[in-house]
Amino acid sequence: MKTIKHLLILFLSIGLFTACSDDDDPAPVNEEEVITTMTLSLQAVGGGTPIVFQSRDADGDGPNAPVVTVSGSLMANTTYGGEIEFLNELESPAENITLEVLEEDDEHQVFYNFTGASGTSLNYNDSDGNGNPIGVNITLASGDAATGNTLTVVLKHEPTKPNDGTAIGAGGETDIEATFTYDVN
Amino acid sequence: MKYYILIVLFTLCTFSFAQKCDAVFLGELKDFHDNTPLVGATIFIKNLNKYTTSDVNGKFKIENLCNGKLTLIISHIGCETKTMNFNIVGDMFQNIELEHHIEELNEVSVKTTIEKKETKTAQETVIKSNILKKYSNLSIGDALKEVPGVSSINTGNTIVKPMVNGMYGSRLLILNNNVRLQDQEWGIEHAPNIDINSAGQISVIKGSGALAYGGDAVGGVIVVNPQRNIIVDSIYGKTIIGGQTNGRGLNINTSLNKTFASGWYANIQGSIKQNGDFEAPDYMLTNTGLKSNGITVQGGKKSFETGFEVFYSYLFNEIGILRSSHIGNIADLVNAINSHEPQVIDDFSYDINAPKQEVTHHLVKALYYRRFKNFGKLNLQYDYQNNQRFEFDVRVGDDKNKPALDLNLQTHTVLADVNLDSDLSRKVNFGLMGRYQNNFANPDTGVRRLIPDYDKYDFGIYATTELILGDKTTIDAGIRYDFNRIDAKKFYQTTRWEERGYDEDFEDIVIDDLGTQLLTNPVFNYHNISASAGIKYDLNESSYLIGNYSLSSRPPNPSELFSDGLHHSAARIELGDLRLDQEISNRIALSYNFEHSGFNLLVETFYNRINDFMYLRPSGIEQTIRGAFPVWEFQQTQAELYGIDLTMGYSFNQNIEWQNKTAYIKGNDLSLDIDLIDIPAFNTINTVAYYNEDWNNFSASLTSEWVFEQTNYPDFNFETYIPTIDETVLVDISTPPPGYHLLHFYSDVTFDLSKKTNLNIGLSVNNLLNTSYRAYLNRLRYFADDLGRNITLQLQINY
Repeated sequence: MKTIKHLLILFLSIGLFTACSDDDDPAPVNEEEVITTMTLSLQAVGGGTPIVFQSRDADGDGPNAPVVTVSGSLMANTTYGGEIEFLNELESPAENITLEVLEEDDEHQVFYNFTGASGTSLNYNDSDGNGNPIGVNITLASGDAATGNTLTVVLKHEPTKPNDGTAIGAGGETDIEATFTYDVN
Repeated sequence: MKYYILIVLFTLCTFSFAQKCDAVFLGELKDFHDNTPLVGATIFIKNLNKYTTSDVNGKFKIENLCNGKLTLIISHIGCETKTMNFNIVGDMFQNIELEHHIEELNEVSVKTTIEKKETKTAQETVIKSNILKKYSNLSIGDALKEVPGVSSINTGNTIVKPMVNGMYGSRLLILNNNVRLQDQEWGIEHAPNIDINSAGQISVIKGSGALAYGGDAVGGVIVVNPQRNIIVDSIYGKTIIGGQTNGRGLNINTSLNKTFASGWYANIQGSIKQNGDFEAPDYMLTNTGLKSNGITVQGGKKSFETGFEVFYSYLFNEIGILRSSHIGNIADLVNAINSHEPQVIDDFSYDINAPKQEVTHHLVKALYYRRFKNFGKLNLQYDYQNNQRFEFDVRVGDDKNKPALDLNLQTHTVLADVNLDSDLSRKVNFGLMGRYQNNFANPDTGVRRLIPDYDKYDFGIYATTELILGDKTTIDAGIRYDFNRIDAKKFYQTTRWEERGYDEDFEDIVIDDLGTQLLTNPVFNYHNISASAGIKYDLNESSYLIGNYSLSSRPPNPSELFSDGLHHSAARIELGDLRLDQEISNRIALSYNFEHSGFNLLVETFYNRINDFMYLRPSGIEQTIRGAFPVWEFQQTQAELYGIDLTMGYSFNQNIEWQNKTAYIKGNDLSLDIDLIDIPAFNTINTVAYYNEDWNNFSASLTSEWVFEQTNYPDFNFETYIPTIDETVLVDISTPPPGYHLLHFYSDVTFDLSKKTNLNIGLSVNNLLNTSYRAYLNRLRYFADDLGRNITLQLQINY
C-alpha cells in the first residue's frame, strides 16, 4: 500500500513538472556569422570615381539569390588600389566581418581569380604574422581593353597557408564565393 | 475427522503441558493464477529437518509440531520455490499459493543468461551478453550488426545509427529498460544514447510486431534490457578493461550487483572510454577522438506477486567529427571528392576540436507491478528523459567556442499495462500511454534554429492477444491507436515562407511579423492506427514457420516538418514541409527455421510497402553568397522494400563451427521509378570458429566480411559551374564506393581464478589486412577512407 502511495506522489509530481513549462514566445535569432554583403572598391591610382563590385544576399541562406552589381568599367592598363569589405547586414547596425577576418588573419585568405582577354592581374598588399597574404588590401592591374571578363572572389576560412595562390589548392572552407562580369575599356 | 483430531489433540495437550509438540498443520497448495491444486510438491519442514509431499488434491499434513515458529520451504517443478513462516499455536489450516507457470510467464528466472524473447511471431533476434562484451569499447550500433539484415548509417566510426532492413532514425523504436528513447533520433548524425555496457541483452524485432512499444515502428524495434536480477542472496560483478591500437583508446567498465533472497536488489554500473584520432590505412583521421562516460543505477524489490524498480542512467558523449568534412560550398565538396584524401591531416592527438558534438542524456524510470490472483499482472511506469545536445561548428571570432546548436529535449511518459495471463493459452495484454515532450532551442547560439521550440503530446492505447492452438500453432494479434499533437513556435525567413507558398496555405498561423522573419505557430494533430497479426507453426521437432503482417503509421518528425537551412557537411540546403502527412507501412514477413544434427538455417523474408514514404530528395539549386547549393526537400512517395536475411551454421564436431550471415535488400521509389537512396548493399559474412572447453574455454575465430558494391542507387548527381577553375564539373554524390572484403580475427580464453571468479582475456584484430575501403552508408565517405587495422586487447574479470 505504501508503494502505491509513493507512486501516487510520483505521478502527481509529473503534473507539476509539466505545469512549469512556460508559454512565452521564443526570441528571434539574428544570425551572427552570416556574411550578407561583400564590397570590393577599386580606386584608380590617378584618382576618379571608385568602381564598386558588390554581391549582396539579404536573406543569407534563404531562397533569394544574391544581387551582384558592378558599378562601371575599368580603364585599360590602369593600376587600381582595392579594399574589400564584408558585412553582416542581418544585424543592426551591420556588423563589419572584415575586422574578424583581420583579427584572425592567419586563418583567412581572400582569393581572386580572373578570366577573359584583358589579362587582369593582382598583387596582395597585406600579410599575416607569418608573412602570408590576406587579400583585404590589394593592387589590381586592369590589363588590355576587352569585354566579358570575370572576377571570382573567394573568402576562405582555415585554408592551407602558405598555398599555391588558388582557392582550390588552398583547401579550407568557402565563406564567400562571388563572380563578377566586367569590361575593361 | 477434524473434530476427532481436535479431541485427541486436546486430550494429548492436557496430558503433556510441558512438551506441546503435538500440533497438526494442514496445508493446501494451489496454483496462483488458475487455482488448480499442485500435486507432488516437496515441502521441507526446516524445524524438523523432514520432507513431505502434497497429495492429488494438493493437500499435505504435518504432525507433531511444537508451538512456535514453523518454516516451510515449498518447491514444485516449474514453480518458484517459496519459503514461508507460520506461528504455530495449536492446529492450523492454511491455503498456500504457488506460481506454477513461472517459466511461461518469464517472470523470475534463476539463470540470467536465459534468452527472453519479446514476441512470439515476429522476426526477432536476441543478442546475449557473451556477444555484447566484445563491443564494450564500441557503440550499440556496432553490436546490432550481429543480426543479419541490420546495418548502420554512420557519420565516421563513432556516430553509428542502427538500420534495420534499410530503415533508421524515427522508423526504429529503441527501448532502454522499457523506456522509449527520446533523444532527437531524427538527425542522421544523432546516434542512440545508450551505453552498450549497461545492456544485459538486446532484442532486434524487424517490423512493427511489438505494438505495446509503439505503432510507428515502420522499420523495427530494438529492445535493450539490463541484466536480470536473480532472487538469491548474492553479490557479484564484473570489470572490463580494454585497449585499442587504432585511436589509442582505453575503456573501463565495471558493474556490481547485490541481490537478496527476499527480492531486494541493487545494481550499479559505470563506464569510461576515450580515444584519440583514428587512422585509416594511409593517413590520420584528424579530429575523430571520443570521450564517453556513463553510469547506471538500479534498485528495487521483486517477487512474483509484486515489486517495484527505480532506474537511472546517465550518458555523456563528446564526439569529434572529421575536420575535413566541414566544408563551405559545392566547390569545396568537389575538391574533397576529387582529392581522394582528407584536406587536413595532422599528427595524432587526443584533442577534440570543432566540428564536434556533446550530448548528455539522463533517464529516470520508476516501475511498480502487482499480480492479481486468477487475473494477471498490472504494470505502472513513469519515466523522464532529458537530452541535451550541443554541436560545435568551425566558427570565427567571438563565436569560436559557442555551440552552433543547443537543443534540450525533455520527455515525461506514463504507462499503464495489464497482462491477463491466468489462461496461458489465451493471453491478453492491453495498456495506455501518455507522453509530454518539450523541445527548447537556445537562441544564444547566434545561428538560426534548426529545430524549433515545440510541445508535443502523445496518447496511445493498445491491446494484443496471444493464443496457443494445439501443440503446434501460436497466433498473436494486436491493434493500437495513437494520437499525436505537435505545437511549435518557429521563425521563418519571410523569403522562404513565400517561396514555399506558405503565405497562401498557412497565413493564419503567423503570429508575429519581424520584417525579415515571421514567427509562426504551427499546430498539427495526427491520428494513427496500427495493427499486427502473426502465426507461428511448428512443422516438426526441428523446424517452424513464422508469418506476420503489420500495419504501422508514422507521423512526420520535427525534422521532416521544420528543417530549414544549410547542412554544412553535406553542402546542401535541407527543407522540411509543413504539408507532410503520416506514412503508412504494410509489411508482410515470412520466416523458416530449421535445426537438426548440428545444422541450423534461418531464412527471413519481408515485403514492406510504404505509402507516403518521407525522404530527402534533391529538388533544385539555390544561389547564395557562398555559391550555389543543391536543395534537398522532404517529399512523400510510394515506396517498397523487400529483402531476405539468411543465417546458416554447421557444427562439424564439438570444436569446429561455421556460420554464415547474408542479407539482401532492395528499395524502390515507385512514384518516380527510381531506386531508394541509402539502402545497404548485398553482404555476406562467414565465420569459422574453433572452441575447446578443455583449454580454459579457448576460442578462436576468423571472420570474412564481404560487402558488395551497391549498384541500385538513385542518380542525384548534378553539374555545376566552378568559377575559380572556370569549369563546369559533375558533382558525383551518388555513385557508391566499390565493394570491399575485410578479415577479422577474434580469440578468447577464460581462466578460473577461484570458485566464483574468472578472468576472460579477449584479443581481436579488426581489418586484419589493413584494407583501405569506403562504405556506402558512411556519410563521410566523400572525405576519407574508413578505419584501418585495429588490435584490441580486453580483460574481463567476473566475480
